[in-house]
Amino acid sequence: MNCDTVTLAARIRRHALNMTSRGGSSHIGSIFSMADIVAMLYGQVLRIDPVNPRWPARDRFILSKGHAGAGVYAALAERGFFSVQKLETHYGDGSDLSGHVSHKGIPGVEFSTGSLGHGLPVGAGMALSGKLNGESHRVYVLLSDGECDEGSNWEAILFAAHHKLDNLCVIVDYNKIQSLKPVADTIGLEPFADKWRAFGWSVAEADGHDHSQLARAFEHAAATKDMPSCVLAHTIKGKGVPFMEHSVLWHYRTARGAEFDAAVAALEGPQEGQS
Amino acid sequence: MRDTFIKALGELAEVDPRIFLITGDLGFGVLDDFSSRRAHQFLNAGVAEQNMTGLATGLALEGRIVFTYSIGNFPTLRPLEQIRNDAAYHGANVKVVAVGGGFSYGALGMSHHATEDLAIMRALPGVTVVSPGDKWETLCAVRAIAETPGTCYLRLDKSSAGWTDRPGEQFVLGKARQLRNGDALTLVVTGGILGVALEVADTLAQEGLQCRVLSMHTISPLDIQSLIAAARETGGILSIEEHGVTGGLGGAIAESLLEAGVPPRRFYRIGLRAGFSSIVGSQAFLRSAYGMDAGAIAAAARHMAE
Repeated sequence: MNCDTVTLAARIRRHALNMTSRGGSSHIGSIFSMADIVAMLYGQVLRIDPVNPRWPARDRFILSKGHAGAGVYAALAERGFFSVQKLETHYGDGSDLSGHVSHKGIPGVEFSTGSLGHGLPVGAGMALSGKLNGESHRVYVLLSDGECDEGSNWEAILFAAHHKLDNLCVIVDYNKIQSLKPVADTIGLEPFADKWRAFGWSVAEADGHDHSQLARAFEHAAATKDMPSCVLAHTIKGKGVPFMEHSVLWHYRTARGAEFDAAVAALEGPQEGQS
Repeated sequence: MRDTFIKALGELAEVDPRIFLITGDLGFGVLDDFSSRRAHQFLNAGVAEQNMTGLATGLALEGRIVFTYSIGNFPTLRPLEQIRNDAAYHGANVKVVAVGGGFSYGALGMSHHATEDLAIMRALPGVTVVSPGDKWETLCAVRAIAETPGTCYLRLDKSSAGWTDRPGEQFVLGKARQLRNGDALTLVVTGGILGVALEVADTLAQEGLQCRVLSMHTISPLDIQSLIAAARETGGILSIEEHGVTGGLGGAIAESLLEAGVPPRRFYRIGLRAGFSSIVGSQAFLRSAYGMDAGAIAAAARHMAE
């Protein structure tokens, strides 16, 4: 199962840039910010079988920030769930690779999202099912930071702690920028880690682009007993392309022409990525 | 209906371990037997309907048949997007149960009046919408929706027509039950107001106005064949629902018959036309206040039959 997650992250970013630029879709900054997390999940953490996507013992992964779906499609294609060529249809007329992640027709997508605040309650239900059935698989749900404004998440956060769902792990892609403004200028989340702890969750903070730190955080989560875990991943929106980093613009803008070329050059140039 | 529902679900749960009941912290005294006898098939999700519905979807996608239980609009309108995106889009075996259709909780006020739920729920693709009129239909509907793959909505009324089944009768989801025969008019009824409609039909019959009565317990999918027959064979259709007139049973009948090219000779919808109710009262009082009691229904029928 283990593969070179740094290479996988680079491929996810490159595919996602192609997909969003070809299709004219948004959210490249959100995809880049979670690319290392998704690479760690699909390259190392998740127990999955590309040949048998519905393997009952698989780990469940829900991308709750569904707008970054292109990043998950890229990871699934790279892991062999479907052909890399299929990615070229993303966002196009008649394609089943929608802008927000959808399971229909896409092997490996556990659950469709797109409206924020839906993934965690469903993941909690899947984790509860695992507990009731005495199964050993784990459930991972990736949230955005802006998404934590949604009250439904906090309903599920209360629930998961009350029911001691230690087979449930949330990862927050904490890039500090939401739809229109920085998180701190919109609905501030700090002290964010303390909030999770106060709600009864085990928290491991990590640099969301440092694969060693992420690996340790996931190990900490897997070893946690009697409480659900949160990996609070500090990330950079647009990570990997300097002119996209820390910018709300690239939540919406599509890289075209010279911008696309410059983004490709940045992604293919020397990377600071740590392994 | 509520007690019939929980008894039927308890019996199902005993033989089918996939049955699971989640309440949104409601059902005082009603769920005690189920929760004690089937503790491992029961959960109180707290006052958190969005999470309840998401949880139900997660459990259902892992193989369970999950009933979510609350009252009025709480299990439907509050988590509507969870029902749409999570349960229905994924074809999850989530069965949403609302106790208190229409003015069942009339005295509790507008928040507790469920008067748009049928219209809203029937608009969701693939969602089976059931609104039983009596206890037998309730009993059968619980079993039927448990066996029906996908997301279902079961609307339970405080009132009911009692037990209207005939010996050996078979209940079929999506198939109306004809409870009175006649050709003057057809009364098409959904929900517990069926009891009032039957009373009206019997009164009218004594006056020489023989009306057909169809209990349309399933709103989606709608029994179009029975409606086409009613439009062809009787003098008109009077729809009766304790629900707003927009988009509910009457709306469903009108759109399907017009599209089928078989418009009824006369057509009228008994239902709430006054918008939100800011006055309160018993179910019977509010029916009278808003033109849905026996007198108002009979008057509408007589007018149509003129």
